Amino acid sequence: MATQTLIYLFVGLSFALYIGIAIASRAGTTKEFYVAGGGVNPVVNGMATAADWMSAASFISMAGIIAFSGYDGSVYLMGWTGGYVMLALLLAPYLRKFGQYTVPDFIGTRYYSKAARVVAVICLIFISFTYIAGQMRGVGIVFSRFLDVPINLGVIIGMAIVFVYAVLGGMKGITYTQVAQYCVLIFAYMVPAFFISFLVTGNPVPQLGLGSTVNDGSGLYVLQKLDLVLQDMGFAAYTSGEKSMIDVFCITLALMVGTAGLPHVIVRFFTVPKASDARKSAGWALVFIALLYTTAPAVGAFARLNFIDSVQDTDYAEAPAWFRNWESNDLIAWRDKNGDGKMQLGKGDPFQGAPLFAESTGPSGERVVTNETADDNANEVYVDRDIMVLANPEIANLPGWVIALVAAGGLAAALSTAAGLLLVISSSISHDLLKSTFRPQITEKGELLAARLAATAAIVVAGYLGIYPPGWVAQVVAFAFGLAAASLFPAIFMGIFSKRMNREGAIAGMVTGLSFTFLYIGWFKLWSPESNVAANWLFGISPEGIGVIGMLLNFAVAIVVAKYTSAPPKEIAWLVDKIRVPRG
Amino acid sequence: MSDSSPDQPEGAGETSANAKAYWSQNIRLLWMLMTIWFVVSFGAGIIFRDFLDQFALGGYPLGFWFAQQGAIYFFILLIIFYSVRMRQIERQYDLDD
Repeated sequence: MATQTLIYLFVGLSFALYIGIAIASRAGTTKEFYVAGGGVNPVVNGMATAADWMSAASFISMAGIIAFSGYDGSVYLMGWTGGYVMLALLLAPYLRKFGQYTVPDFIGTRYYSKAARVVAVICLIFISFTYIAGQMRGVGIVFSRFLDVPINLGVIIGMAIVFVYAVLGGMKGITYTQVAQYCVLIFAYMVPAFFISFLVTGNPVPQLGLGSTVNDGSGLYVLQKLDLVLQDMGFAAYTSGEKSMIDVFCITLALMVGTAGLPHVIVRFFTVPKASDARKSAGWALVFIALLYTTAPAVGAFARLNFIDSVQDTDYAEAPAWFRNWESNDLIAWRDKNGDGKMQLGKGDPFQGAPLFAESTGPSGERVVTNETADDNANEVYVDRDIMVLANPEIANLPGWVIALVAAGGLAAALSTAAGLLLVISSSISHDLLKSTFRPQITEKGELLAARLAATAAIVVAGYLGIYPPGWVAQVVAFAFGLAAASLFPAIFMGIFSKRMNREGAIAGMVTGLSFTFLYIGWFKLWSPESNVAANWLFGISPEGIGVIGMLLNFAVAIVVAKYTSAPPKEIAWLVDKIRVPRG
Repeated sequence: MSDSSPDQPEGAGETSANAKAYWSQNIRLLWMLMTIWFVVSFGAGIIFRDFLDQFALGGYPLGFWFAQQGAIYFFILLIIFYSVRMRQIERQYDLDD
C-alpha cells in the first residue's frame, strides 16, 4: 500500500477509536464531567496523565531541540519530569483528599476568599490558553505535512474531533481517550527510535545505545563522536552546552515547579478514588512519561549524527531522498554560498530568518531561497529542528507504516493535551466563576450545560488561535511555566504545609509573583525583544527561568504579609488537618 | 516545610497527638526525599556536572548521564519509595484510607 494511503488509514482509525471511546463514556453528571466520577484506576490515570502532559512539543519538537542544543537540552528532560516528584510528594495526595473539582476550588476554599478564587481562575485561563494555541497549531502542522491538507483545515478537523469527545464526555471521555492516545503516541515514538538506535549503534534500546559505540568501526562512543564532529565544525561540544550554570539551574527549577503548578496536570489527580492512589498514580504517570523522555535525548543525538553524516560535504545532486522531500515541505533549505555544489554545515544561520522560497531552482537543482544571506558564517543549510523526529523514519529507511504511525502519534499527542486544557478552562468557568462565585443558585443540570457551552467556546477560541497564531504564541511558552511556578504553586504548597498562611498573604503573594513574572517575560519577549541578551538579565537569568524568582517573591511577600495580618479562622485549621491525613 | 506551631490559632490544638506524630514523620521523610531529588538533578546534573564528567558510565560522561537519563530514573524511584513508605506509616498510625 502507498505510504499516503497508510497514513490516511492510520489517522482515520485512530480518530474513529477516540470517538468510539467518547460515545461509550459520556458524562451524565457534573462529577463525571469534572473528575470522571472520581473512580479512575491509578494506573489508568497515570497513563492518561502521561498523554495529557506530553504535548505536540514533547512528541515532535523535543528531540530536535536536544539534537541542536546538546547538554543544554537537559533543562527540558529534568525540568519536565522532576515536577512529578513535587506533585507526588507535595501536592497531589492532599489535593485529592481535599476532594473538590478544580485548582481554584482549593485556593478559594483554603483562603476563604472569592477574590483568591478569581485570581486563581485568571492565572489558570491565561496559562491554559497560552498552552492550547500551540497544540492546535501542532495538529494543523501534522495534517499539512503528512496528509497534504491545508494547515487551517487541519486545525478545524482537530477542533471537531476534540469537540466530540471533550464536550460530550467531559473528564470521563477525555480520560479513556487519553489512555488510547498514550498507547498510539508511545508506540509511534518508540518504533522508529529502536530502528535508528540499532542502525547507529547496533543496540536497539535507545537508552543503552546512547552510551554505546558507533557502529562504524571507529570504536568511538556516540557522544565522543558527536563532540569531535561538532567541534570540528566550529560548534560547542555536544556534552558541554553554552548556557550559564545559573540559567540552566533556574530554567530547570522553573519548569519543575511550573509542571507541578499546571492546573490541567493537577486536576488529573482529582479523578482517582483515594489520596494514596494519587501518589501511586503520579508514580505511574512518571514511568509512562520517562519512557519517552529517556528516549528523546537518544533520538536527538542519533538523528544529529545521522544528519551530519549524510549531509556534510555531500553533493546536492547525491543528497538522500528525504533531504529533498523535506526541502519540498519548506523544512530544509540550502544555499550554495561557496558555489562548490556541496552542502556545508556550520555554526550560525545560513540566511536571515525562515526560508522564503522562489519558484525557480538553482544550478544544482535546489530550491532557490530569497532571504538575505548571512555573510558572517559558512553554514549553507537551514534545517527545521522538528524534522529530527518527523523525518526519522525516512532517514532510517523505515517502511511506510512507520511513517503513518508517526503522523497518528503526533496527532494523538496534540489532541490529548488540547482536550485536557479545554476541560480545565471550561470547569474553571462553569464551576468556579458561575457556581461558586456569581451564580450559586445554578442547578446541577444548568452547571453541566454551562460546562459544555464553556468547553465549546474554549474550543472555538483555541481553534482561532491555531489558525491565526498571534506572533507571541511561540515566544511565550515560557509564560505558562513561569506563571504557574510564580502564582499557583506557592499558594497551593503553603495552603497545605502552613496553617498560618492566610487570605491576605496568599493573595498578595500570587499577585506579586504573577505581576513580576508577567512583566519580566513580557518585557524581554514582547515589548523589547532586542534587549533579550544575557547582559541585561536579572542575575543572568533568562525569561525562561525567571519564574523561580517570581516564586521566591511570592513566598517572601506571602509570609511577611501573613505575619502582620490575622490568622485564618478555626475552620481552616481544621480543614488543613483534615487534608493532611488520608483517612476520613 | 514545617508548621509555625506557636502561632496556631486556638482550636487547631484539637489535632490529635497521633495525627501530629504522623505528620512530623511525613515531614521528615519529605525532607529526606526532596534532598535526594535536589542532589540527583541540580547537584549531579548541573552544579557538579563538570566534576562528574571525568567519570564515565559506558559512553556517557557521568554528569551528562545524570542530566539526560539518571535524574529521571531516580525521580521514579523516589515516588515509588515514598508511596510504599507512606502506606506503612499510615497503617502504623491507623490513618490509612
